[in-house]
Amino acid sequence: MNNLTRKQRKMLYRILAAAVLLIIVKLLPLLFPVPWWMAVVLFLVPYLVIGWDVLWKAVRNIPNGQVFDENFLMALATVGAFATGEYAEAVFVMLFYQTGELFQDYAVGKSRQSIAALMDIRPDVANLENEDGSLEEVDPEDVEVGSIVVVRPGERVPLDGEVVEGASALDTAALTGESVPRDVGPGDPVISGCVNQSGLLRVRVTKPCEESTVSKILDLVENAGEKKAASENFITRFARYYTPCVVIAATALFLIPTIALALVPAASQPAFLAGTSWTGWLHRALIFLVISCPCALVISVPLSFFGGIGGASKCGILVKGSNYLETLARTETVVFDKTGTLTQGSFTVTALHPAEGVTEDALLEAAALAESWSSHPISVSLRKAWGRDIDPSRVTEVEEIAGHGVTAKVDGKAVSAGNSRLMEKEGVRWEACELPGTIVHVTVEGRYAGHILISDLPKPEAKTLAEGLKAAGVKKTVMLTGDTEAAAKAVARDLGIDEYHAQLLPADKVERVESLLAKKSPGAALAFVGDGINDAPVLTRADIGIAMGALGSDAAIEAADIVLMDDNPAKIVTAMRVSRKTLRIVKQNIWFALGVKGAVLLLGAFGVATMWEAVFADVGVAFIAILNAMRCLRVDKFKK
Amino acid sequence: MKKRYKLTDLDCANCAAKMEAAIKKIDGVNDATVSFMAQKMTVDADDARFDDIMKEVVAVCKKVEPDCVINL
Repeated sequence: MNNLTRKQRKMLYRILAAAVLLIIVKLLPLLFPVPWWMAVVLFLVPYLVIGWDVLWKAVRNIPNGQVFDENFLMALATVGAFATGEYAEAVFVMLFYQTGELFQDYAVGKSRQSIAALMDIRPDVANLENEDGSLEEVDPEDVEVGSIVVVRPGERVPLDGEVVEGASALDTAALTGESVPRDVGPGDPVISGCVNQSGLLRVRVTKPCEESTVSKILDLVENAGEKKAASENFITRFARYYTPCVVIAATALFLIPTIALALVPAASQPAFLAGTSWTGWLHRALIFLVISCPCALVISVPLSFFGGIGGASKCGILVKGSNYLETLARTETVVFDKTGTLTQGSFTVTALHPAEGVTEDALLEAAALAESWSSHPISVSLRKAWGRDIDPSRVTEVEEIAGHGVTAKVDGKAVSAGNSRLMEKEGVRWEACELPGTIVHVTVEGRYAGHILISDLPKPEAKTLAEGLKAAGVKKTVMLTGDTEAAAKAVARDLGIDEYHAQLLPADKVERVESLLAKKSPGAALAFVGDGINDAPVLTRADIGIAMGALGSDAAIEAADIVLMDDNPAKIVTAMRVSRKTLRIVKQNIWFALGVKGAVLLLGAFGVATMWEAVFADVGVAFIAILNAMRCLRVDKFKK
Repeated sequence: MKKRYKLTDLDCANCAAKMEAAIKKIDGVNDATVSFMAQKMTVDADDARFDDIMKEVVAVCKKVEPDCVINL
């Protein structure tokens, strides 16, 4: 009760009061005989208690030409029921209608709230550090770029920035759905919306409030409603024709038999007319009016999509509109970029192949030391693999030969480390490696010491990706890369990707995607997954562009239709499952609502259905459709 | 020019759809969406006459759903 708004609570009291009054009035005839005029007056009391506003709105809207407005339809139907002597029914229909409206209002508010809870990532204050070192609580909007803010443990990072001092673990769950905290220290970027878990941080602000990650995300989710799905448009278009058609049918249902009854003599009346009265036909027409209200249909579809988008954002997946959720659900081909998407995008030493008489450790040590002055990613990976502190005094006479490698003296011995071209240049016989990746050959004092294999490893989460996508209904997975054939083949085989295209320039990628687009079956969609930095053209060209690891990357957020906040490719499967579930619920709702309404219309036309069934077809269906739509918000089983 | 407005007391989904259809018909409006779930309206209309167009928008919305207030 406490979470009802004032308006809702007032309505609840009205419903309860009217229900009690209705029961009393209904029971009165058991105590003493009630003449018909008194019954009308008595039933009018609960009727007006519950329905006065509907009647008022109906009257008010007539001059505006809103005759197919649901208030008008409900007013007409219930007044009609009164006129035909069905007093209790009239009150009950109005009562049920209002209960339905109240529930609808509550449900919509509820699902809006759960999105708002997600949106609770917006920090209210920033602790701005003044020049004299004192702290001041200010609105994040008033903080200028370059100023220092202090984030205490338990507080939210107010603005995007860079750590100046302090170390801590940041909880990114609200942004990414990921529960593992991120460790940050001086020099690391921090993103607004994360919660500081342990240590005090001093952060230099790098972006103004309106450009910070939190504002971008909020903006994106709040405006997701602007892009409507085809099924959403279908249902509003349908509603536009549905109501007038049913009202016209109701009029015909009343007028034609009534005129026929008046004109055709009783003896020659067809079977369906014989023994009927005009009030009976009027009653059937009123049933039509009750069913003609379109709101149950119209509400359930956007509510489902809204829930789906909300559920996806709980998992750290931002969907920019209902239409993208719909497209994702019919995705048949998923195209991946390799580096940084399926693989870690950083180099790791994966194999050591020392020559005879050389230990693995000695080989790695020689290479790591020789390359110790270079900042090239390959050198970094060598040092990381060796793992020990490097004494710079051991390395002298370092010379980098562009495109070849490095020569240096390590502990006084000449060491060269580089590719096969360097080996040729030095005239050393080298061994080829059968494994794919980048090879660093090493010589010590002119003798071949072996080679080190460095490759870009697939992300551990990517291993089950292809399988998961197939299970979610994807028919084909394709990988595009600028890397060598051998490296691409190895990754594709390792991850179970169906098709790969290697040695592509960025422009080639667009071409490949276009040819894949041409090949897919009609009605199906193609999704492209990339890191959003180099592949903006492909992201826009695909039916649906998915950017990964977008936390902190504006370019990715701009270019993509669906944004995965962290760089876990397994989230694509989650996104697909959320989208399919949402679409399934949307379809269920559409068919369920149409089916029940259609059935009751038919029954009503033949005089089998009463107004009780009609009001169920309207309010009950809305009730069930809304409950069903709320399921879209539940994504816990996808989160894992 | 594209502008977004918050809506208060937009109570029915069908009214939102009707408002959207009515706004789209206004001369000078390129595109419009009324999101019942977000209680928001987006109007994309000619720059020069934007204020006049918005007056018309308010008028048609009043007709469809008199209770709904556009927070200009």
